[in-house]
Amino acid sequence: MQTFAAQFANAHDLMVVMPMVMLTLFACGVLIIDLLLPAGDKRWNAATAALGLLFAGGSLWRVQATLAHQGMLGVSAFNGSVVMDPMAIFFCWLFLIATGITILISVRYMEIEQEDHGEYYALMLFSVVGMMCMASGKDIVLLFIGLELMAISTYVLVGFLRRDKRSNEAALKYLLLGAFSSGIFAYGLSLMYGLSGTTDVTLIGRRLAGLPESSHPILMLAVVTTLAGLFFKIAAVPFHQWAPDAYEGAPTAITGFMSVAGKAAAWALLLRIFAFALRYEQTIWMPMVIAVAVMTLTGGNLAAMTQNNLKRLLAYSSIAHVGYMLLGLVAWNETGIKGILVYLLVYTFMNLGAFAVIVSLRRRDLIGDEIDDIAGLWFKRPVEALLMVIFLLSLGGIPPLAGFYGKYFIFLSLIETGHYVLASLAVFYIAVSLYYYLRIINAMLMRPALDAEPIQPAFGLRLALWVTALATVGIGLFPEIFIRAAAWTMTAPRAVTQAFLR
Amino acid sequence: MPTWAQFVLLSAAKSVVVIIILLTAVAYAVWLERKVVGRMQNRWGPTRVGPFGLLQPLADGIKFILKEDIIPTNVYKPLYIAAPMISVALALMSIAVVPFGEQLRFGSFSTPAQITDVNVALLVLLGVTSVAVYGVALAGWSSNSKYSLLGSLRASAQMVSYEASLGLSLIGVLLLSGSLSLREIVNGQSGTYFGFLPRWNFFPQFIAFFVYLTAAFAETNRIPFDLPEAETELVAGYHTEYSSMKFAMFFMAEYTNMFTVACVGTLLFFGGWHGPALTFLPMVVQSFVPLFWFAFKIFLFLFLYIWIRGTLPRFRYDQLMAFGWKVLLPIALANIVLTSLYIGLTTP
Amino acid sequence: MMHTVLFIIFAVVCVAAAINLLAQRHPINSALSLIVVMGSLALLYLLLGAEFVAAVQIIIYAGAIMVLFVFTIMLLNAGEEELSKSSRVAIVFGVPAVAVIVAALAYILSRGAGTAALGDFIGGPKEIGRLLFRDFLLPFEVTSVLILIAIMGAVVLARREER
Repeated sequence: MQTFAAQFANAHDLMVVMPMVMLTLFACGVLIIDLLLPAGDKRWNAATAALGLLFAGGSLWRVQATLAHQGMLGVSAFNGSVVMDPMAIFFCWLFLIATGITILISVRYMEIEQEDHGEYYALMLFSVVGMMCMASGKDIVLLFIGLELMAISTYVLVGFLRRDKRSNEAALKYLLLGAFSSGIFAYGLSLMYGLSGTTDVTLIGRRLAGLPESSHPILMLAVVTTLAGLFFKIAAVPFHQWAPDAYEGAPTAITGFMSVAGKAAAWALLLRIFAFALRYEQTIWMPMVIAVAVMTLTGGNLAAMTQNNLKRLLAYSSIAHVGYMLLGLVAWNETGIKGILVYLLVYTFMNLGAFAVIVSLRRRDLIGDEIDDIAGLWFKRPVEALLMVIFLLSLGGIPPLAGFYGKYFIFLSLIETGHYVLASLAVFYIAVSLYYYLRIINAMLMRPALDAEPIQPAFGLRLALWVTALATVGIGLFPEIFIRAAAWTMTAPRAVTQAFLR
Repeated sequence: MPTWAQFVLLSAAKSVVVIIILLTAVAYAVWLERKVVGRMQNRWGPTRVGPFGLLQPLADGIKFILKEDIIPTNVYKPLYIAAPMISVALALMSIAVVPFGEQLRFGSFSTPAQITDVNVALLVLLGVTSVAVYGVALAGWSSNSKYSLLGSLRASAQMVSYEASLGLSLIGVLLLSGSLSLREIVNGQSGTYFGFLPRWNFFPQFIAFFVYLTAAFAETNRIPFDLPEAETELVAGYHTEYSSMKFAMFFMAEYTNMFTVACVGTLLFFGGWHGPALTFLPMVVQSFVPLFWFAFKIFLFLFLYIWIRGTLPRFRYDQLMAFGWKVLLPIALANIVLTSLYIGLTTP
Repeated sequence: MMHTVLFIIFAVVCVAAAINLLAQRHPINSALSLIVVMGSLALLYLLLGAEFVAAVQIIIYAGAIMVLFVFTIMLLNAGEEELSKSSRVAIVFGVPAVAVIVAALAYILSRGAGTAALGDFIGGPKEIGRLLFRDFLLPFEVTSVLILIAIMGAVVLARREER
């Protein structure tokens, strides 16, 4: 009996994937508890989901402690289909934090929308399971299934406001384009499998490097299609059209969740594929990445300037941020990848904070996602307005705030590798981005409010605001402490660079 | 003659023989049904054509062929014509993988009593059954009539719903026999339990058999699941607008499906062609004894069909769906869990 | 020889049905063409020796998914598709673009043909079972979560209004 079962999985395997198991169990728990709760008293769903995050965090901590204790660079399980290395653990923490903040933001918001169902939190937890698979998968099958798990949960979450036409439209557009891009991505992966005969990303990388000259056209095709799929998932121009619509239509809390956790997961997938499977194919993908990075910076920033809807504006600004991160990929050295990881971390806090402020504008009679709706916030609730200023300046990359350090490492890496033109272009676009961030600040501080209705953010929302604000300011003021505290996490980029860069 | 030509010829010959036997059997199944139901309802059934009405199927066939073939004006013609063909073709196709016995010997020449021995035969059967829905669905849709459409919507929903239970009920048997080949599943059932009970899968898998039987009734649209053609509500369901041979083709498909379902039930749960060896018979007849047992078991199945038709009333539609999804499916799943637990615990 | 002939037949049927799918104006004809595509793909799998995959392809795609498509078309009573101005534009620009892409793909794949190996894949149910429950156990289990949320998502989006 023991041996029979041991052929398939054992306690060690289970320990490695315990965070995902916990989340799945608690998500199912939310679904069941939801049935028992009376209508109008659905807050226990959120509490259960948050508890699930805590348990997942605990088991993640155990994995991390085991790694640190044994001084290993990573531990794999299930016949090497999943690996928990520093990079995976870093991303898993990021997902858990982002989800926790999103749950805090959501509770009151979904009550106002009258859609406070248990499925909302369950879907969020399930999508985190998918994200964790994307971050820790070492096998393209698992990576792809994780991607789909995340994507399908997100489609439903985007369309969760069934009475809102915009939400339905956004979900449908996102679903159609997402399914299409997943198809292209899967096509690329299948070509890679065909060329290498294996689904393990490390082996794929090695075998692709050893391919004869004659199969290079197919390799090219494989790389191009895989990249197209990945670029769609991180919403890089010209694969970005879904993002503004989906971001605008989705429930605001989910917009924040998608733009932070979803984006980080897509980046985890991208880094995993680039660092392992496409490790030796730089000559093929580098020109594409440079072109896409420039287009993304340009498209995102210019489009953001003309937006009057806050969510749409932040959608385009998030596209622009992807452009900066892609520059780190262009540099493709230790600093560059560290830059991407730091960027994703600080972006989590500042962007979620900004969305939390937008959520606080939502009232029963007001959607509150236009720039006009935020006008005069300073006179109504100075604290929230001040926090919003902090988040926006941080998004713009103003020095004492966290956002600066994301961009700092990216620029450093560009200069290290001699990409001076790209660096100066990026600096130019920072100036552009400040324009549209200052437009919001201007509306908040200078213009009078359109109505005198007081804004009363719920407790959870205020907590989320303070957490994100403290993190944004804290990381900005004490980067050394942060870096030292995250010293172990910083082995992530080092592990990537040492093991996977030439 | 090259081997592939030999193969093609042999297969074609076998197919022709099997189809002729099958269609004759179908015709007489209709006769049997009318006769038995008649007796159950205290009537005589067909008596006029031939002794005991035995030539009735022939008369029916001639009548169908000679009747005028009416194509209503507003039907969508290509599909209206294709639908009965799809039904009959798929119904006949599924019999191709069913084994009727062991080797057939004619002097030195021997060949398996089966048109083709595929090692995923059971899956092929499931595949063909699952595609068979299209005949019914397209017939109803292309007829451009509300009774037809309602009937075919009911039929498709019913077939799709019960297919899940049907497929799951077979998994218990698969777990026990460890093969998807019908021949191997049958061979796994030779011998006895405790020295007297035949080693049929029916005994350990009686829950699965119950699920299979119920789902099979629904798949073949038989009473008590004959809602797709419920006369009192839908005239004649999906084939309301059909006449002459096209109507007969649906009829043939339905009865052929009954045979297929009976064959699969016999093979999977009742040891197929295995039965007591009748040693007192002469050697020439001996090699046909397995065929006899197989046919006998199928006859019992058919009798059960007719018996139930004569006994039970029709389900209401919501009851039908609720029964399929809320009762049958969980039972089938529980059976799988129990069977795999048993196998997991007893396998070293 | 036999294999090549059968391959060509089913490949031609498959491509023809796929083109027909696009060319047909009535959704039910398109859906039926898609079923033919699925069926001929299954037969191609069969020619490769992957019996299990072929059977599953029929059961799942032709037997389950496409039935729901046809069912939906029947329920909605969807009529013929109407050509709008933008769809004409799409045809004018789309057809040449598709031609270019197909030509490029054909060129690339024909140049690299023969170098791709399927690996030592044996398509029997036992082998696939082993792969699923040993090598790909985790992805397989995650798939069950995927299916769960797909069902749940459909229920969430289709839920009736309570008020």
